Amino acid sequence: MLELTKKEDNNKIDTYTMNFGPQHPAAHGVLRLIMEMDGEVVERCDPHIGLLHRGTEKLIEYKTYMQALPYFDRLDYVAPMNQEHAFALSIEKLLGITVPRRGQYIRVLFAEMGRVLNHLLNITTFALDVGAITPALWGFEQREIMMEFSERVCGARLHANYFRTGGVHQDMPDGLADDMMEFCESFPEFIDDLETLLTENRIFKQRTVDIGVATKEQAYDWGFTGPMLRGSGVAWDLRKSQPYDVYSEMEFDIPVGLTGDCYARYLVRMEEMRQSINIMKQCLCDMPEGAVMVENNKVAPPSRAEMKSSMEAMIHHFKLHTEGYHVPKGETYTAVEAPKGEFGVFLVADDSPNPYRCHIRAPGFAHLQGLDFMSKGHMLADTVAIIGSMDVVFGEIDR
Amino acid sequence: MTEVLNDLSAYIKSALKKDVENIEIANSELCLTVKPAKLHKVINYLRDDSGCLFNQLMDICGVDYPNRADRFEIVYNLLSLRYNNRIRVKTSVAEDCSVDSVADIFSTAIWFEREVWDMYGVAFDNNPDLRRILTDYGFEGHPLRKDFPLTGFVELSYDEEKKETVYKPVELMQDFRKFDFTSPWEAMTEVQKASEDKDFKPLLKALKNDEAEEA
Repeated sequence: MLELTKKEDNNKIDTYTMNFGPQHPAAHGVLRLIMEMDGEVVERCDPHIGLLHRGTEKLIEYKTYMQALPYFDRLDYVAPMNQEHAFALSIEKLLGITVPRRGQYIRVLFAEMGRVLNHLLNITTFALDVGAITPALWGFEQREIMMEFSERVCGARLHANYFRTGGVHQDMPDGLADDMMEFCESFPEFIDDLETLLTENRIFKQRTVDIGVATKEQAYDWGFTGPMLRGSGVAWDLRKSQPYDVYSEMEFDIPVGLTGDCYARYLVRMEEMRQSINIMKQCLCDMPEGAVMVENNKVAPPSRAEMKSSMEAMIHHFKLHTEGYHVPKGETYTAVEAPKGEFGVFLVADDSPNPYRCHIRAPGFAHLQGLDFMSKGHMLADTVAIIGSMDVVFGEIDR
Repeated sequence: MTEVLNDLSAYIKSALKKDVENIEIANSELCLTVKPAKLHKVINYLRDDSGCLFNQLMDICGVDYPNRADRFEIVYNLLSLRYNNRIRVKTSVAEDCSVDSVADIFSTAIWFEREVWDMYGVAFDNNPDLRRILTDYGFEGHPLRKDFPLTGFVELSYDEEKKETVYKPVELMQDFRKFDFTSPWEAMTEVQKASEDKDFKPLLKALKNDEAEEA
């Protein structure tokens, strides 16, 4: 009896520290969390990142601009072409060159395909984290179709190296446009099917509604962008507000969430996929004929055929692939609306063929920092849902 | 776009006369240069003033210029969602100097400042959590400094006897090579700008350089 009262007095439990990851299927890569737990409730959550740090920014300083481009595929490897887009645009801004119309259309087309690729992976693995396996199996089938488009246009499924300074590396092969159009026609039906699995699913809603709420003010304060910002009710999209390439000519809507929780972010991504498919259709319909790359051989390599007959072309080719092109002194911060949010490149050029400094602003870096305030007071299992809804990929966070 | 930037630049100039050292528009981007001591005040002003409302801090990064007296440049990129503008604020500090943290203005600054600390060794006063962020536990040095070698100083391997991973001084199978292909004959910088006499420009430029050297 005495012992029992003593126990009741000491009812308050001290918090304890728990390690989560770095090797954990719900960590979406190599994320290590040091969590302070009060029973099952998260008190504090300290993400330890950098386990996938490869020194991309340092390596880029030792490469020519052309050699630096493939590093961008390896940042957010879920939607590689969107990252290349930011780098290509920043160089073009410093060089003062404009991409031919067809090149711009192809870029927008594949940037939107990247968005679908990304959201599809995010939504389905997010569902997997909160207990639904079927979406992941369905989603990967569709992703595979899109990866094949990527393979047909540039030869690689993932690491595309396709958006080059001055345009895209090569024109689309015959028949690809028709196949992509066919895919765009059938894909919305797939989204409908996917929605029947998740949107009104009781378990899915129980795990996501009111979990990890970020208010508008918090989203501003923590530098949230992309679906994380739109999920909190801010209608902000760089494709609309600061359009690049031919986005200004595209018609599309920006979905906005109302509640700022995991469920709102899911709904935003779902609708964004539909909008992206719309943009892809518009690109395919309106795409003009013509060059896909600037015809200035000081930045763009000459064609293989030309090199067989022209000495000038041969020299240009040699110079481009050894020395590379010089970028005039200057600096720029150029950002694109990548699927995960604002992906920015701060580029400092110094007249030489190598970037002097190239800082990469990854959206996931800012989002992951918000994990602490978003998971405070939630259960441990909810942290997993929040990580899933933040859409983190460690390639871009750790760089 | 340029008009808007010109107006904004005039507005900021009149409001922050004493605090801003230089204000310029290059590549249609607005850029302020401030002294480290004024940085906190300027960022705070840019966020709260009704004419600026730069309510999101997008990015903080460092740039290393080893030849300058104030070696490190810290660059802040801000975004105004209200006016759809961007602004860049730069400040320069010497080695072993510190900058005031802006984490009390923008919470997102905590990690970005940690990254600058990790990569360049610039400390931020009043940052609540100034630990390394991207490099390994117990890492020494600041890898993005220009005098830090690309290959680093140590490499990691698994020790069979100790049954654990160990750090060893880095051993290169061949010397580190950096090719300099820059030819003295033709600089390609001017060529990309479309102009009528574009074929002659680089040559003229080279000639001018030669003359300057002789003089």
